[in-house]
Amino acid sequence: MKELHQYSATELSALLREEKVSATEIAKASLARIAAVEPTVDAYLTVTEEKALANAAAIDAKIAAGEELGALAGIPIAIKDNICTKNVKTTCASKMLGDFVPPYEATVMERLNKAGVVLTGKVNMDEFAMGGSCENSFFKATKNPWDPTRVPGGSSGGSAAAVAACEVPFSLGSDTGGSVRCPASFCGIVGLKPTYGAVSRYGVVAFASSLDQIGPMARTVDDVELLFSTICGRDPRDATSHQYTYEKAARDLKGLRVGLPKEYFGEGITAEVKAAVLKGVKQLEALGASVVEISLPSTDYALSAYYIISSAEASSNLARYDGVKYGYSGRRDAGLDELYLTSRSEGFGPEVQRRIMLGTYVLSSGYYDAYYKRAKRLQQMIAAEFTEAFTKCDIIATPVTPTTAFKLGERCADPVQMYAGDICTVTVNIAGLPGLAMPCGYDAGGLPIGMQLIGPKFSENRLIAVAKSYETAVGGFAVKEM
Amino acid sequence: MSNKYEVVIGLEVHAELNTKTKIFCSCENRFGAGVNSLCCPVCMAMPGTLPTLNEQVVEKAIKMGHALGCKINGTTKQDRKHYFYPDLTKAYQISQFDVPLCEDGHLDILVGDELRTIGITRIHIEEDAGKLIHDDGRDDTLCDYNRCGVPLIEIVSEPDLRSAEEAKAYLETITTILLYLGVSDAKMQEGSVRCDVNVSLRPVGAKEFGTRCEMKNVNSFGAVYRAICYEAERQEKVLDAGGVINQETRRWDDPKGESILMRSKEDAQDYRYFPDPDLLTFIVSDERIAALKAMVPELPTARTLRYVSDYQLSRDDASLLSLNKARADFFDSCVELGGCEPKLISNWIIGDIAKLLNERRIEIADTALTPEHLVGMVKLISNGTISNTAAKTVLEEIIEKDIEPETVVKEKGLAQINDSSALEAVVDKVLAANEKAIADYKSGKTNVLGFLVGQCMRESKGQGNPNTLRDMVTGAIEKL
Repeated sequence: MKELHQYSATELSALLREEKVSATEIAKASLARIAAVEPTVDAYLTVTEEKALANAAAIDAKIAAGEELGALAGIPIAIKDNICTKNVKTTCASKMLGDFVPPYEATVMERLNKAGVVLTGKVNMDEFAMGGSCENSFFKATKNPWDPTRVPGGSSGGSAAAVAACEVPFSLGSDTGGSVRCPASFCGIVGLKPTYGAVSRYGVVAFASSLDQIGPMARTVDDVELLFSTICGRDPRDATSHQYTYEKAARDLKGLRVGLPKEYFGEGITAEVKAAVLKGVKQLEALGASVVEISLPSTDYALSAYYIISSAEASSNLARYDGVKYGYSGRRDAGLDELYLTSRSEGFGPEVQRRIMLGTYVLSSGYYDAYYKRAKRLQQMIAAEFTEAFTKCDIIATPVTPTTAFKLGERCADPVQMYAGDICTVTVNIAGLPGLAMPCGYDAGGLPIGMQLIGPKFSENRLIAVAKSYETAVGGFAVKEM
Repeated sequence: MSNKYEVVIGLEVHAELNTKTKIFCSCENRFGAGVNSLCCPVCMAMPGTLPTLNEQVVEKAIKMGHALGCKINGTTKQDRKHYFYPDLTKAYQISQFDVPLCEDGHLDILVGDELRTIGITRIHIEEDAGKLIHDDGRDDTLCDYNRCGVPLIEIVSEPDLRSAEEAKAYLETITTILLYLGVSDAKMQEGSVRCDVNVSLRPVGAKEFGTRCEMKNVNSFGAVYRAICYEAERQEKVLDAGGVINQETRRWDDPKGESILMRSKEDAQDYRYFPDPDLLTFIVSDERIAALKAMVPELPTARTLRYVSDYQLSRDDASLLSLNKARADFFDSCVELGGCEPKLISNWIIGDIAKLLNERRIEIADTALTPEHLVGMVKLISNGTISNTAAKTVLEEIIEKDIEPETVVKEKGLAQINDSSALEAVVDKVLAANEKAIADYKSGKTNVLGFLVGQCMRESKGQGNPNTLRDMVTGAIEKL
């Protein structure tokens, strides 16, 4: 028999409304699951048990009083620890913000709270969202529920692992270059990186402001849709957010043109990954879609452009952590320079320092034109190629990551190899497009392989409709027993 | 300073705009509040917070751009300027780099009798930083972030100024225009207008500019004058000794009357400007730009020149009158009503009215005084109904309450007595009591006449026509 923690958000919501289960029972089941699997998974940095039970009790009281419930009433959720939660520690998995408790909510949290969600806690990530394995956390490495000797992917590794291990039905991550899609793929779940501007960034601790987006992660497409439709839309506090409301699209795939860009199936992508993605595309064809070969020639430059732009913005965004106002403070007794130096070299981990140095360099006088300006030009070229491609196809299908989940520690010594893992995902951020990752098969070791669907701006509804049809056709996505 | 060299000066003026709220958050924009009481997560640069642009800032800056004859860039952007300092919460200032909101303008200034046109390079919008408090009682520094995010415009002039006097006149004109437009409180003493001064020397007649030094922290009209004089002399000494001027940034210490080296060119900071990704390109429509232009009133220099040419006011009186927009507007309304000499109106406004307003620390709009009443009062003087002395009493009344000057004259019995028969008793009484003065007058000290007329005015409670009294007193003494 299916246990309560295994249900999807959509199912739990129905059970709650039919009063077959109480919010308190749901919360307790989630907290019990967390207690049971955390020793193996290590997804959580903070478990908000008391708050969760209090919120669940409040939902139950509402039900008892016959009051109207929000769309996500009583559903447990895990939130990446770079999304500000009022009065709940938000660390970015960094020593720098190890004790930081925001006095404000991120806009997404306000929307979720209004919808009645029950926060179970804050989950692990690569420090300041910089990394693809979740190993760059100052606190601990999260493990992949499919194989605890392997990484869950990153940077939203905690968000993916918590969902894959059934600790919660869904979670929020953030995606700057693949940080929702990569861990979704490694952990065999569904993750959506929305169009830039679809979801407010107010309250998500900035890594690269022009690329960052908050994205939903879940075991089912329905849950991703439910979560996305709750958090999206214009926010006056984020000047880059758009007026946008989510509307369901038709789930009929007949006539859908799926583009396959040859650059995404080249060297560096393992044969198993290629085969699984192409098999997934076959399934879409079986559902009525047609396949079009396309080319996105600037893809080769995407990684360079991505690391220049994202590091440049990061070096600027992370300058505020100076040990003066909040967060980790180094030596305060030896002058201002010493305070800055000690706060920043002791408060930030090596990967964050590497990106700050890289970003500072590419923005510095004499190098700006050679690096930052050229990267911005490449960004325009990449975006233009996507626009052109979408005249030939409706969506694009690619792998999410070149490989399946790798062993803990395997790539820690080689940052460039780690960066190369982002090859299939960064273009989507650079072009500001939506990208959805969903499971499409397994490698020989039984590890999940992900397929990425990319669409034009604000075509989340189409991506979700295609993913839903696929999910239905394959009889749902497998959940790893733990 | 000798006349071997010509001083070349350019000014960067930072003016805080008087918007209701700060530039990127909804905190109140106000001077003098309790320490750190006007702060929020946005201006404190808490993680995850984002700036959103206050459109009032753009509008006020565009008005200033129009006033200084600038080209307005309707499509522009904001850039991040990076440096570490505890008063700068984000460790970058949101400013404008390569596309300022306004550029390529000019400003006419009056220096003595000369009209000079000074080029304006650009005006851009940016945010102010907080204030550091170095408390003597402690060995550390405290931060007050109230000023973080207060909107600023930076007005950069061309190196067109040639003397400390010109620089001072330029700065005074800028602050007057800010007040005219109502875009800034322009209070240098509260730091709402601050100035960086660039100074270089070149041999008289030379075309090429010399190496310049920038002085920061020049924060009053007097300080601008003193800092330039000091710096010009310093550079002259270096050049005369066969030395070279190093491009450097210096801090002006006004109490000590000297500038101190802050950093040389080699240590120049690399601000790593780049477009702020949190703020999109912003666009102001041509219609809006035109509408803002229509709101720019006649500016003080033009007004001064008009008063001199149209009403024959002296240059000094015209400048003084033009300095305060409300008072100059009031003057214009009075002149428009007609029926009296503009010069007389001007005298009252810059004289007794200004004195009354200053004493009460109010503005003309805060009083009950109307142009109609002032013109009415001046007419009463001109037609001999009241004396100047009585007019002062009338003025104090009509400034307090909305009342016709004629009514005051009636109620207070201030009408001038022109009829000599009604004044005979007064003259007799005064002469009887001042035998010594009469003797003095007779012995040739005719200046006691003023004293005697004054005594008569007093005796007549200010109502006697002084001219009539003067004639009567001289006549009476002759007869004695």
